[in-house]
Amino acid sequence: MSLLELDSVSVFYGQTQALHEISLVVEPGEIVCLLGGNASGKSTTMKTILGLITPRSGEIRLAGERVTRSAPAARIRRGLASVPEARRVFPEMSVEDNLLTGAFTRRTGIRAELASVYESFPRLAERRRQPAGTLSGGEQQMLAFGRALMSAPTLICMDEPTMGLAPIFVDRVLDLIAALNRDRGLAVLMVEQNAELALSIAHRGYVLNTGHLVLDGPAPSLIDNPAIRTAYFGA
Amino acid sequence: MLDTALAGLVNGSSYALLALGLSLIFGVANVINFAHASVFAVGAMSGWWFSVDLDWPLWAVLLGVTAVTGLLGLVINVIAVTPLAKAPPIAALLSTFAVSVVVDNGAQLVFGPETRRFPALLATDNLGLGGLRFGTLDVTILVVAIGLMLVLGWFLRASRYGRAIRAVAQDRDAAAQMGIPLARVQNLAFVIASVLGGVAGVLGGMYLNNISPTVGSTVGMSAFAAATLGGLGSLPGAVAGGLLLGVVEAFGVSWWGGNARTLITFAVLLIVLWVRPSGLFGKRAPLAAEPMTGTFFGAARTVRLRPWQVAVAAVAAYVVPAVALDDYTVQIGVQVVVYAILALSLTLVSGQAGQISLGQAAPLAIGAYTSALLTTATGLDFWLSLPISGVVAAVLSVVLVSPSWRLRGHYVSIATLATGLLVAAAAVNFDWLTNGPSGVSAIPPPTLFGASVSAPLAVYFLDLTILLVVLLLVVRLRRSTLGRIWSAVREDEVAARSSGIAVADYKSLAFGIGGFVAGIGGALFAQQYGYIDPSVFGISVSLLALTIVVLGGLNSPLGAVVGAIVLVGLPEALRMLQETRMLTYGLLLLAVVLFRPQGLMGKVAR
Ligand SMILES: Nc1ncnc2c1ncn2[C@@H]1O[C@H](COP(=O)(O)OP(=O)(O)OP(=O)(O)O)[C@@H](O)[C@H]1O
Ligand SMILES: [Mg+2]
Repeated sequence: MSLLELDSVSVFYGQTQALHEISLVVEPGEIVCLLGGNASGKSTTMKTILGLITPRSGEIRLAGERVTRSAPAARIRRGLASVPEARRVFPEMSVEDNLLTGAFTRRTGIRAELASVYESFPRLAERRRQPAGTLSGGEQQMLAFGRALMSAPTLICMDEPTMGLAPIFVDRVLDLIAALNRDRGLAVLMVEQNAELALSIAHRGYVLNTGHLVLDGPAPSLIDNPAIRTAYFGA
Repeated sequence: MLDTALAGLVNGSSYALLALGLSLIFGVANVINFAHASVFAVGAMSGWWFSVDLDWPLWAVLLGVTAVTGLLGLVINVIAVTPLAKAPPIAALLSTFAVSVVVDNGAQLVFGPETRRFPALLATDNLGLGGLRFGTLDVTILVVAIGLMLVLGWFLRASRYGRAIRAVAQDRDAAAQMGIPLARVQNLAFVIASVLGGVAGVLGGMYLNNISPTVGSTVGMSAFAAATLGGLGSLPGAVAGGLLLGVVEAFGVSWWGGNARTLITFAVLLIVLWVRPSGLFGKRAPLAAEPMTGTFFGAARTVRLRPWQVAVAAVAAYVVPAVALDDYTVQIGVQVVVYAILALSLTLVSGQAGQISLGQAAPLAIGAYTSALLTTATGLDFWLSLPISGVVAAVLSVVLVSPSWRLRGHYVSIATLATGLLVAAAAVNFDWLTNGPSGVSAIPPPTLFGASVSAPLAVYFLDLTILLVVLLLVVRLRRSTLGRIWSAVREDEVAARSSGIAVADYKSLAFGIGGFVAGIGGALFAQQYGYIDPSVFGISVSLLALTIVVLGGLNSPLGAVVGAIVLVGLPEALRMLQETRMLTYGLLLLAVVLFRPQGLMGKVAR
């Protein structure tokens, strides 16, 4: 059974349609990237999956169950987690409180999860009492990852996880995503501006253009596909 | 010395509890809850009822008040705040303002408006320490207040929902992505804040000894000043601001007397806004990018009447009262006209230039006092006093409000609110100039061609003529280049500034011309009654003016006139009670903001 299925999902902002009958799937243990140029609807797709926007038509299923109209909390309990665009850590809360906020939907096993996150990210353990706003960009990205892991997800949605990071951090973040996928068996749905980088770690990819899915396939087949250029830069 | 400081701390702890609630709500909902003061009053009144009529012990009173005010907070959020989450912040500001009017006047209808004794329930003067005398009451108030603050601090730091509240306050979208239910968290914040406010009402009631259903308005404004002083949104700031303001007020009152309290409060508030708007503890830049109007009202096109329709209406306005109406009805007409002039001043300031003023009674009062004092004390002719009143009102409006041009959004409205209250407080306190609370009487009626204008119809004709001149002025201004620049400032201040518009100067100009118009209205007001005192220019006048323009359509000059007829004329003609009338204003304002934000005379643009 697929972890996540979108079945001809259409989304509107007021009168304007942002997504046109999008269908996509994420299987367990996959890294899938969602590519597309500016304003192509990538973030909208992510927000729709997370339950921040309700589609006008179509269906969303998590592990086979319909969640089209469920609140974010219900989706998180079914194994979904989010690394928001631009990280969005809570700047005046301590690192530890940020992590605990990630576990909001859980009632048990929080301490064990916290210990496991600290084990994966020793930097965060060192800075557990520090306000998150004082961390460096790379550290904040780790915190955003750790926060997502706190709900013990099976699928993490990441909206441009490398945005605004120094080049050395970009590589490190991509390695980290690959490692989370390898070691924990996490599925990842990732939005990326930089198609080449994203496809270097992804298994499959989808390409969005002005709210339409125009292309999909295994990562290697997309890397050299000239249609990607078209999707990004127009004809 | 120490006595005064202690009294200040005890009183200030009520402010601190209220300010905590204001800041909590501001953080979570990004709304200044103007209904919070009413929660205090409901706490005090229901506490009084539980202890006096039902004879409950103090702990039961506190529990009962917790239930009542907690529920009230929930209702305020559900009715007046949540539905407006997607509207610009001004909408919730107006709707909570409306709720406070409804609650205050509803409570007056239920409990009766009179002031009553609040039993202290505890001894007030049975303890001593060194030379300091105090009572179990003082200790209890401080212990309960500090206890609540500690519990709140623990809750926010260590509990699941406490963390959720902080997360929502810092980043709503990110919190939603963590599965935090925003609606429930916001409800919770309102309940907690209102319970703190209700308990403050009981404590404050015991301390003040006397309460009435409107006790919230003064205490609430102090709390408001305290929250701003500490830094809106900062909880430690709210506590520090509350206690500090309590102590400052206590010393001020011991030096200058009880009337000085409000003067001190609003002077402190204005000075904080001028000097350090983010408050003592605020870190964040004060709401830099937050327009208060824009699409909410900007989306409305105004209903246009054809010139002949306007001409017919104007002629009818002269002829009908002359031939068909009795003196009493004509006097109502006079009031309608004066309020229409006041409302037109707001059409410029708030509708055209987009600066919501909650204190338009200030230039009205200044104009009224200027004219009254000039014609009584120096014997100046009314016709000379009229322009002088306008100019004085214009200058003082600009001087008082312009330091807040660096600010935007909520803070401009707070500054106008403070200005309105400060002017009323100044009229009470500067008795060497204004004759204090007893006011100015025997203001002579104007003369025209040697005849005294004092018969109702004559006054009406005079005021109506001035109204038509003002109406013409406002309409012309709106169509002028100046009007277009004001629209640009209203719609997008940043864009206006970057295209080279001196935004601050144009805002000042709006307040200046608006102040001039309101000042003229004030002069007419003074001459027509022959008597004024500070109580005539309370916050209810500012509220009424705002309700008139919001009802009529904030951006519609004709709407201001229609609004004045509906809101001033009808209640008077129906001889409604004052409380019923205020209640109706509140309900109407709420209904308009929720259901027809473009007003009666506005159409939705496509
Ligand atoms: N809250 C909103 N209200 C109205 N329109 C919106 C809203 N959010 C996004 N849009 C519009 O929907 C379209 C898709 O936006 P979206 O943010 O999903 O694009 P994106 O692919 O994530 O772009 P980027 O690469 O810039 O992040 C854009 O045209 C955008 O202007
Ligand atoms: Mg995006």
